[in-house]
Amino acid sequence: MQDVQTLSEQVREAAASGTALAIQGGNSKAFYGRAVNGSPLPVAQYSGIIDYTPSELVVSARAGTTLSELENTLAAEGQMLAFEPPRFAASATLGGTIACGLSGPRRPYAGAARDFVLGVNCINGRGEQLRLGGQVMKNVAGYDLSRTLTGSLGTLAVLLDVHLKVLPKPQQEITLYQDCSADEAIQRCNRWAGQALPLSGASHDENQLMIRLSGSARSVSAAARTLGGEQLDESNTFWQQLREQQLAFFTSASTLWRLSVPPASAPLDLDGHWLLDWGGAQRWLASDLPARDIRLAAAAAGGHATLFRGGERDSEIFHPLPPALLALHQRIKQTFDPAGILNPGRLYREF
Amino acid sequence: MSDKTIISRLRGQLPAECVLFDPEDLRPYECDALSAYRQLPMAVVIPATEQQLRTTLALCTEHRVPVVARGSGTGLSGGAMPLADGVILSLAKFNRIIAIDRDNRVARVQPGVTNLAISRAAEPYGLYYAPDPSSQIACSIGGNVAENAGGVHCLKYGLTTHNIQSLELLTIDGEQLTLGSQALDAPGFDLLALLTGSEGLLGVITEITVKLLPCPQAAQVVLAAFDSVDAAGAAVTATIASGIIPAGLELLDNPAIRAVDKFMSTGYPTDAAAILLCELDGDADDVVAQVEQVSSVFHEAGCSSLQVSHNEAERMRFWAGRKAAFPAMGRLSPDYYCMDGTIPRKHLAQVLNEIERLSQEYNLPICNVFHAGDGNLHPLILYDANKPGELERTEELGGKILELCVAVGGTITGEHGVGLEKINQMCVQFNNAELQQFHAVKAAFDPHGLLNPGKAIPTLHRCAEFGAMHVHHGQLPHPELERF
Repeated sequence: MQDVQTLSEQVREAAASGTALAIQGGNSKAFYGRAVNGSPLPVAQYSGIIDYTPSELVVSARAGTTLSELENTLAAEGQMLAFEPPRFAASATLGGTIACGLSGPRRPYAGAARDFVLGVNCINGRGEQLRLGGQVMKNVAGYDLSRTLTGSLGTLAVLLDVHLKVLPKPQQEITLYQDCSADEAIQRCNRWAGQALPLSGASHDENQLMIRLSGSARSVSAAARTLGGEQLDESNTFWQQLREQQLAFFTSASTLWRLSVPPASAPLDLDGHWLLDWGGAQRWLASDLPARDIRLAAAAAGGHATLFRGGERDSEIFHPLPPALLALHQRIKQTFDPAGILNPGRLYREF
Repeated sequence: MSDKTIISRLRGQLPAECVLFDPEDLRPYECDALSAYRQLPMAVVIPATEQQLRTTLALCTEHRVPVVARGSGTGLSGGAMPLADGVILSLAKFNRIIAIDRDNRVARVQPGVTNLAISRAAEPYGLYYAPDPSSQIACSIGGNVAENAGGVHCLKYGLTTHNIQSLELLTIDGEQLTLGSQALDAPGFDLLALLTGSEGLLGVITEITVKLLPCPQAAQVVLAAFDSVDAAGAAVTATIASGIIPAGLELLDNPAIRAVDKFMSTGYPTDAAAILLCELDGDADDVVAQVEQVSSVFHEAGCSSLQVSHNEAERMRFWAGRKAAFPAMGRLSPDYYCMDGTIPRKHLAQVLNEIERLSQEYNLPICNVFHAGDGNLHPLILYDANKPGELERTEELGGKILELCVAVGGTITGEHGVGLEKINQMCVQFNNAELQQFHAVKAAFDPHGLLNPGKAIPTLHRCAEFGAMHVHHGQLPHPELERF
């Protein structure tokens, strides 16, 4: 296993010499974000589960722990990561998952990666070890920087240990499908989400709405009767394929955009092939339209657009920030990483 | 800079009713709900419009006058306590619910709106705002965001940070920023999380978009008595281990049960060492199934009696005693001091035993009423401020309890915030590099250090003094405990 002191030393030396570092976990999400020119800082060897007492609903693990090891350990105790993170490759690590801050189909109903982060230990760009947040459910001591690090793509700190809240797996899970248009699907999903129904997934593609229900056997079957539709065979791995972007929609897309919009927004008038997830809040668009058109449409709907896969990786990948907010990001980056050596440019060109 | 200058300039640029400076008018603002700490501010500004708010911040920046934002003043950690040379910025007039969006299940509200008012306004749509601090009838949503407020339903529904979607923020320099978005996430750093719980040190919140959840179809409470606190603690662990996340799971120990019973008729068994109140809510079928499951877990854990609420009136009656716990302490003792540490639940018995030992050592009674499900302790130290030295002894005992929480891997504050009250214990929980990182983040928002200075994050100098005072003869407190 890697030694924390050595890692800190590597960061300190890089800061002293002004050498950019490209932090590397399992390389499963190397496609995501802007390209980084830097000397690799491999961290996958810093791995292993540190503490897991199922009745605490908390797991602590080192950043290099693979998601599969972590999720298998939780599953053996009937628990799960409720934000259902995508892996994209078997090598996916916990650190990369938290650094990217991606969440799967359960996100609108259970919460996002950042919602389950209780605390992290990390190394900032000065090579200092920081313990941010903690390992308990409720903790308001100090600024909530562990959630701020979530999704910051390694631009603020190198993650060491992560403390996560976990949840019991639902007793039963079923999937229903209904034929309807995208417009109708969005309306249905948001109407249902306003009712006490055990929803845990809602996705639409090619005139078909897929709905996942999770809960006690009684409530799932009662909800299935209320919602109607055909029930998908239990052996079907639709939600996993959706999460891992293995459905035909994803494998055939050359340029894939992710639009995050208010869930009830009407379908956006952009040419391309659409797949809706998160009950309408996350919309995938395979399209070669100019970035500007896609970003304008997303912003007009009250959301933002990310060039998720394909396209030019040294262009703007994430939605541009207003000038005052960008300047604040730069000042915050400066506080963690004054030499600008941690994954520079991975998130935005400017830092 | 003389006080007169800033006050006269504020008066010159704002309507007369917006600026208070007469000591009589300032008196109501001298403290928040931690009334042991009092200080009159130089002035109180109560802007009614965003322009007036901007004017206030601009003048305070120009004159380098500290600004302490204040909502309803129900905070328990002295976070809104005034500074003698500072201005209290009351957001009470920003009290409008701007819009409720049923389809997207969000509400846009101004910071002075009370927590409960949001749920009331959402009720016609079958929606509500989940976090419910015990002060929800009075506390403002702006204050909830500043403190990352919790409540009895956190275990299932999360804290404020899990239930808000975006903030409009004015920086001290008058820059307006939108953090978060109307979608479920936003590009860039998660500054929404950073602002939540930042205790008014980073910016002034002018608007909040909160998430609304569907009202649960049903809710029932299981009330069980146990012959020992350990057995009740074990029952909590067994409940969670059985795969249930209760909406609320509260524990009262015997001194707390008896205190409440003297205050009102609760029907709680007064001979029990501890009682658990376990609320299950959601889909009606799920609730029925979970009540059965929790009841059987409690029986297996050896409860001495068990009742289930069968209607809403009964559910409210079960909760009434818990909700009256704090006022009941007020009846029992001239003063009480409420702590707020959180610990990993597996250390519950060890920590409660140590609290009991400290109670005897300091000769001050302690009642325990707390959120057992998430390990958030609220030991209440009973004291009499009129007895010389008793407040000081109480604060010292409180500090010991918080340090004990840190020693077992917990935190000094679960939901009340650091404010002024726990600022010394921050030195125990965080090292210098961490504190410096916090200070640097503050400076990124507030370069002149004008927003609520001296709260939440201690200076390194203060920690050095605290450490020197604290580590007697080179011995750490609780040497018997493993450190991690």
